Amino acid sequence: MHDYSRMVPQATPETKPYWDGLKEGKLMIQRNKATGQAYFPPRPFDPRDPFAEVEWFQASGRGTLATYVISHRPPPGYEAPFSIAVVELEEGVKMMTNIIDCPQTPEVLQLDMPVELVCHKVNDEITLPLWRPAKGG
Amino acid sequence: MVKPGSVAIVGASEMVSPLGVFPELSQLGLHAENAIRAMKETGLKPSEIDGVACAGASPTEVAYYLGITPKYVDGTSVGGCSFMIHVRHAAAAIESGLCTTVLITHGESGKSGIGRGGFPGGRQGLNAQFEQWAGPTGAPTMFTVPVMRYMNTYGVTEEQLAMVAVVQREYAARNPNAMMKEPMTVEDVLNSRMIAYPFRLFMCCLVTDGGGALILTSADRAKDFPTKPVYILGTGESVETPLVSQMEDFTSSRAFSVAGTTAFAEAGISRDDVDHLMIYDAFAHLPLYGLEDLGFVGRGEAARFIWDGNTRPGGKLPLNTNGGGLSYTHSGMYGMYALQESVRQMRGTAPAQVAGAKISVAHGVGGMFAASGTIIMSNERP
Repeated sequence: MHDYSRMVPQATPETKPYWDGLKEGKLMIQRNKATGQAYFPPRPFDPRDPFAEVEWFQASGRGTLATYVISHRPPPGYEAPFSIAVVELEEGVKMMTNIIDCPQTPEVLQLDMPVELVCHKVNDEITLPLWRPAKGG
Repeated sequence: MVKPGSVAIVGASEMVSPLGVFPELSQLGLHAENAIRAMKETGLKPSEIDGVACAGASPTEVAYYLGITPKYVDGTSVGGCSFMIHVRHAAAAIESGLCTTVLITHGESGKSGIGRGGFPGGRQGLNAQFEQWAGPTGAPTMFTVPVMRYMNTYGVTEEQLAMVAVVQREYAARNPNAMMKEPMTVEDVLNSRMIAYPFRLFMCCLVTDGGGALILTSADRAKDFPTKPVYILGTGESVETPLVSQMEDFTSSRAFSVAGTTAFAEAGISRDDVDHLMIYDAFAHLPLYGLEDLGFVGRGEAARFIWDGNTRPGGKLPLNTNGGGLSYTHSGMYGMYALQESVRQMRGTAPAQVAGAKISVAHGVGGMFAASGTIIMSNERP
């Protein structure tokens, strides 16, 4: 497992519910109340309609592998080779992450494979949304 | 919209070393030295320059350092395509009468790191919160993230990705200023060190020092200068997202498409009219995205187009004829060097000159598919 402590992000007022949710093991994202369409990263308005009402909701924690590279250039505290991936959530939004708990090889990391959320606590403030191959496909 | 051919590039300077370094100059010094060379070429004095644009330094620094009192200032800094966007803004400013003569400068101590400003850090930016902790270490592990989706969608192979670098090396071999001139095969590329699968070392750009400058003025004044004018036919610009993970489509750049479409519409020319093309190649996949997003080939056809030899010396669409960021030079913000090669091709002075070329396109990227600028130019006034 990487040592994420040197890269640990810090919430802003706009993103605090997202990071607070992860601390409790919940992936909280936002959607347009009228259309139900989710968006990401968090902000107080829907970029498709900045005047619409929006709300926070808990995402399922299920997604698929959209794309990735396998980095051989680790920052300090990271174990190479390792995947830098984008997961497409069931709710239709994308996020950059690491795919963990599997060999970091092109043979294992197949595009569109199902993945599931793993909340990884770094410190009292920040828990990161990592993803792993979904159990039972 | 700027009328095609109403503004021209009359001065150009580029500093690129085959060793890749200028250890005697700071970043600001590279801006200034190129500015002075471009002024010398045109016979202009600092007092005759009334517009300043740059990235990698502030226009305040450059204007002050050179003794210029500008009426027009552009500090657009959106990465390596900033210089294309400076050209676009300068053309509009000159045509609308904001100023008469714009100096655009670039200087980057990318290898030596002399007088180079630090990148802003912080833990609360969008990048820090939503990408950086996943462990990318700069462009090689970040700009490359979309490619697996592109290759998977269109069945593009690693060999085809490698071929982009191989073809550009053929041009670099003809260019005395290129850093990498040795002939290279697809096998050589695939045997080079893995950086970020599927990217090997030779699919990634060089890291060098360098700089350049351009001077633009109205086409009507261009005849007063000793240089061969290079007329601006059309320009475009756009941005998409600072987060590569949030691109709308990993197989296409929205910023490329918007900038390219705007530029071609303004120029009123078709893709078939283009004799020479520069597509900013920080990594081997960028010419593939660029050829498709600019409309030179259909979706998924770019890798085959290059594989079949269409872009190599003597091909029907010579591409990245200086050797590109992969083999010529890349100080960090490469767009200025792409513009300089287009100017050389239009002046007829390029080391790998495309015989009879009349129209050149220089297309740039900024950040990781974050921004884009496209400039279409010609040595004939329409």
